[in-house]
Amino acid sequence: MLQFPLVRHCPYAPPEEYGQLREKDPVTRVRLPDGRESWVVTRHEHVRQVLNDPSFSADRTHADFPNLAPAGQPLPRDDSAPSMLTMDPPEHGPARRAVLGEFTVRQIAALRPRMQQIVDERLDAMLAGPRPADLVEELSLPVPSMVICEMLGVPYADHDFFQVNTAAMIKRETPQDERRAAFGRVRDYLDELIAGKEDAPPDDLLGRQIRKSRAGGDYDRRSLVSLGFLLLVAGHETTANMISLGTLALLGNPAQMDALRADPARTLGAVEEMLRYFTIVDTVVARLCVADTEVGGVTIRAGEGVLTLGQAANRDPEAFDEPDAFDIGRPARHHVAFGFGPHQCLGQNLARAELQIVFDTLLRRVPALRLATPVEELPFKSDAAIYGVYHMPVTW
Amino acid sequence: MRVIADPHRCVGAGQCVLTEPALFDQDPEDGTVIVLDENPSGDLVEAARDAALVCPSQALSVVDSW
Repeated sequence: MLQFPLVRHCPYAPPEEYGQLREKDPVTRVRLPDGRESWVVTRHEHVRQVLNDPSFSADRTHADFPNLAPAGQPLPRDDSAPSMLTMDPPEHGPARRAVLGEFTVRQIAALRPRMQQIVDERLDAMLAGPRPADLVEELSLPVPSMVICEMLGVPYADHDFFQVNTAAMIKRETPQDERRAAFGRVRDYLDELIAGKEDAPPDDLLGRQIRKSRAGGDYDRRSLVSLGFLLLVAGHETTANMISLGTLALLGNPAQMDALRADPARTLGAVEEMLRYFTIVDTVVARLCVADTEVGGVTIRAGEGVLTLGQAANRDPEAFDEPDAFDIGRPARHHVAFGFGPHQCLGQNLARAELQIVFDTLLRRVPALRLATPVEELPFKSDAAIYGVYHMPVTW
Repeated sequence: MRVIADPHRCVGAGQCVLTEPALFDQDPEDGTVIVLDENPSGDLVEAARDAALVCPSQALSVVDSW
């Protein structure tokens, strides 16, 4: 029985076992670090089925939810209010709808001028500084961090605090007490920040949520802390990693980079392909079966865990022609890099807009961009639940 | 052909709007789908099918009508 999680040995390729699983044993059992077993599902069709079926619960606070932390480290639990991430029907829908208005395609489009300004300022600073520069520190981390801080109404001056704590939370080897402490610190911070907004709620996402839930008669600071926590943590690491890896893919495919520079209308398509190709959130997407269900001819029983391997699904030849090729021109929008079903990433259109603006601006303003360190020497995040690169020295 | 949206299934991901803003919009409050043109023709027919394919909650269906 395969031991999970498997490690990526190459930034461009899934763990090599994924292809064989998908072809020969698409719904199969594996061993988790705590010694328990879980199902893994590897085909695009099956991943979509599981993630869109209410027979599979998203409640990762449940004791039987598959856990990929090293042995002896259960998922952090505390007395905080659940976030929509762990909710099932009927609670999940209303919780998500309460904040969806902030993330519609139209609402995100209205934020684009400010996003462009942030990207230009970061590039101004990078170009005025020493070479080589670390793209992660200069661009990948600060852009999404500044954007989510401004949206929420969180002072950007505190971004180091979130970055350090978020990194500790998602690193697989972080000891359990440290992970719990990191969660606690961010929660305490948000609790204080939100309390300070209660008297005269400002016109930012958290302020608007206070007003909205008061109008509905159900304001509860603990719930808003959980929402703020989810948005802040999700907004820090994911887009940042995609900025670094997407840039890496373009630098490794100069003809495609030139094509993109010549025609920015192709950038949104290129972003979808980057999301598909790297699928940085892979084993994190999991479910707990709550009613016996057949998947690909195999019966998954209530009480059993399932890892839906997005990176395997996104390389499924049934869904994508020549799936291991990076091709910014391919139709890739049916990828599952944002998940699938009712929990599909709430911030996906924010991420798309940020990535589109970053790559358009980077290609236009820094045409001579290149790596200052060979790819083989870059420190990839093989040890984190969300894939990426810790540092990426570039010059121009 | 006819585009049918199930607002109760819709999870407001906005994938349909991203596919074809001439056919779909989102409720500004809760993000759920608004079908702008229930009987599209020409290129919009293909766009409606694409939107149904990528919808994460499978809340869209495209049916042939006559």
